[in-house]
Amino acid sequence: MRAEEKRGAVGRSIPRLEGRAKVTGRAEYVHNLRLPGMLYGKIARSTIAHGRIKRIDVAAAQAVEGVHRVVTGADIRALIPDPHYGPAFHDQPILALDKVRYAGEPVAVVLASDPHVAEEAAGLVDVQYEALPAVYDEVEAMTSKAIVHEVLKPAGTFPDLKHFQGRKNTNVALDFRLRRGDAEAALKKADRVFEHTFRTQQVLHVPLEPFVSAAEPGDGTLTIHTASQSPSFVRTEIARLLEWPESKVRVKVPYLGGGFGAKLYIKLEALVAALALLVRRPVKISLTMEEQFYTLTKHAATLRIKSGVAKDGRVTARLCEVWWNGGAYADIGPRITQKSGFTAPGPYDIEHVHIDSYALYTNLPPAGALRGFGIPQLVWAYEGHTDMIARELKMDPVEFRRKNILRDGRPQATGTVMQDAAIDKVLERVAARMDWGKPFDRGSGTVRRGRGVVIGFKAVIAPTTSVAIVNLYADGSCALYCSTVDMGQGSDTAMAQIVAEILGIPIESITVVHPDTEVTPYDMATLGSRSTYHMGNAVRRAAEDARDKLLALAREVGVSVETTPIAEVFRRKYGMQAGNIIGSGSFIPTYMPMDHDTGQTANATPFWMVGATGAEVEVDTETGRVRVTRLVNVADVGTPINPAIVESQLSGAAIMQLGFTMSEKMEFSAGQCTNASLAQYKIPGLLDVPEGMENEAVDAEQKGGPFGAKGVGETGTFGVSPAIANAIDDAVGVRLTSLPLTAEAVYRALRAKQGNPLKD
Amino acid sequence: MSTVQRTIRFTLNGEAVAADVPTHWNVVELLQNRFGLFGARESCGQGLCGCCTVLVNGNAVSGCLYLAAFVHGAEVTTIEHGAAGRELDAVQQAFIEAGAFQCGFCTPGFVLMTRQLLDEKPDPTEDDIRHYLSGNLCRCAAYPEIVAAVKLAAQKRRAGQGR
Repeated sequence: MRAEEKRGAVGRSIPRLEGRAKVTGRAEYVHNLRLPGMLYGKIARSTIAHGRIKRIDVAAAQAVEGVHRVVTGADIRALIPDPHYGPAFHDQPILALDKVRYAGEPVAVVLASDPHVAEEAAGLVDVQYEALPAVYDEVEAMTSKAIVHEVLKPAGTFPDLKHFQGRKNTNVALDFRLRRGDAEAALKKADRVFEHTFRTQQVLHVPLEPFVSAAEPGDGTLTIHTASQSPSFVRTEIARLLEWPESKVRVKVPYLGGGFGAKLYIKLEALVAALALLVRRPVKISLTMEEQFYTLTKHAATLRIKSGVAKDGRVTARLCEVWWNGGAYADIGPRITQKSGFTAPGPYDIEHVHIDSYALYTNLPPAGALRGFGIPQLVWAYEGHTDMIARELKMDPVEFRRKNILRDGRPQATGTVMQDAAIDKVLERVAARMDWGKPFDRGSGTVRRGRGVVIGFKAVIAPTTSVAIVNLYADGSCALYCSTVDMGQGSDTAMAQIVAEILGIPIESITVVHPDTEVTPYDMATLGSRSTYHMGNAVRRAAEDARDKLLALAREVGVSVETTPIAEVFRRKYGMQAGNIIGSGSFIPTYMPMDHDTGQTANATPFWMVGATGAEVEVDTETGRVRVTRLVNVADVGTPINPAIVESQLSGAAIMQLGFTMSEKMEFSAGQCTNASLAQYKIPGLLDVPEGMENEAVDAEQKGGPFGAKGVGETGTFGVSPAIANAIDDAVGVRLTSLPLTAEAVYRALRAKQGNPLKD
Repeated sequence: MSTVQRTIRFTLNGEAVAADVPTHWNVVELLQNRFGLFGARESCGQGLCGCCTVLVNGNAVSGCLYLAAFVHGAEVTTIEHGAAGRELDAVQQAFIEAGAFQCGFCTPGFVLMTRQLLDEKPDPTEDDIRHYLSGNLCRCAAYPEIVAAVKLAAQKRRAGQGR
């Protein structure tokens, strides 16, 4: 590598590679795709939450001029005998068969060349149901007589789900338990015991590019163009459904217009695949914004937490019970239940811990991963609980946290010893930024001010695999083949920075080849803040492999890469600008499975993410309106590869969580979502952004991460909700334990506190 | 469903064009299906998110709510105007430098609205920016970066850099 080409790409805030394409409107999304002879599909959906399908009459729909075909579950079953998919359970039918399990579930599809024709006809599909009793609440689902699935069918991927095979008469899709020490006994001995119950609401991702997929049949092959975060999974799952080799299914993903966990696993892909094979034409389905509300959501949850505390303020025991409302299909819920469930006691050093975490089926739209994989729900509970205890003990909330914080070298609830988790440093930095020890303007009259500080953490999901290929061309430029999906998080740029750093070539000379399973190698998925660490390591190895081969080639032709341009090395070997150097790398971290009965393991995760939030609020005591005036996000992200993109991730995640905290909530009536539009379901706009937004990545290093880096996409979400609730309590002395923190909720709490509650 | 077609003539990004369109089409469908322009995108479908923003006779409108037939005789400008092979304008440069986007789906709408803001108010306050762009949504929430980009674009324009 010549000295003048060494640019030190890693650690610099290099502008995104795709900037020009995005500001000129020319970035490629699946929405832009038009294929010759393509049909558009529009979905007819269930109008009831739970019921047996008695009859589907498609005659009126089929009779609409321009309709190519109307397809129902029976047609799908003729093509695919067992048309059920899912990452944890094979529970979700491509189109409803025999019964429907939530209002909005796809029942039939109309295909037409004109999407308006398909839409009109979809409204004419007449379905008659025999309604069944439904269950909507996650705690009721534990004992309800309404059973969502007759028989449970685990996918076989995860060993801890195998014992659910064939289970009947239950809505429980996972019952994770962790036992460390003897929490029951320790609670009896504790000086004080505190118990609180918290709830979170059902919300959704709302990527501005709604779900969209297209399938193109070939000669014994199928190409799927999809806005997906998990192209490798899509290929494997479609191949399994069709009983084809993976090599016959090609999945291509351009840029995504947002993902946030929605566009994982199978969404529309199995449907367009089956339709395209049935009619032997390309088929595309683009959902509307409304239909996103019927596709995937974030788990509502009920969380009960009980702590034993010693006189000196040390937490000695904690009991956590979590009920996750998974909706009608498990999606990745059982993994959230376990992989996030084990952090339910929070980043605290507690000797005796019991956790019971339940994934439940209900008759609501399915829930899955949403930017945090369950962590924001857990932090909402344990950081509200922590502040409530501190207040009761008349201890400063930050001091109380300091006393109990989990430090490196100490075992977490799983028994895994913490390392490279800057929990104490993150807490100290957020406290310092909030001027915690100094006097605070508490407001006056009808506008009262308060502040709150919280801290949360997450273990990255493990074990997962990433593979990358670096292709060095004979002119010294380079292509990186990787299946990480750039959905806005800036992975293309970060991965190219790693290659540029190792090969010592300018970043402008690197092309990142977007996921195409026929071209780019396997990656588990772009989820859970795993890409920087896992794919980053695979890319680093691939680039190192290419560099080693380049060095060997230089030795072979008798030159030094320190003084000879890469192009000259190739010319010496091949006599002209010809040839390639292919470097490859793969990465899977070490991991040790948890004990089934105790949840104990020596190695739960390759890395921990740590995020703290400080909030300052103004509460109008006459209206209950809360204005967040300052939001401080501090995180341990290891050593950032691109500091500006990292800051943008922290900030964006915090503002997204601000929406889930202040306004967003899916409303239901008899299982039917009644606010499925952006007119009624309000996501944050510019006027909702606090005037004081601060983000900080503390000085840290993740050993084993590429150049000391680790994941960041979710970290900014962790603490926002409880920080604001704690600040409201600080301002006006009312405690909200359910989200969102609307003016009405605050006002009702204020009136209740005055002994003059409002009527419901 | 019966489809009534109509021939419309208008100016698209400075060029005189004609198209046959069903009368129920909106401007987004017109641009995508007849001209292969995908920078204006339908997202919320209710004129609330700004992803489908285009300029009709110099005014920003929601392309998802604006019937294609109504642009007959009008001047339509989209994000693609002048993009091919030309320099980026001050607003686009500022959005790249400030990192004012993530997924990019909403970006064309923000760029067009920012141009219109700076045409009206070359030196906007933070409050001006927040209010003017409050009808454009960014789910990635690159809002602080967008405000910084608008300020940077205003500076660039005043310094005579870019359009």
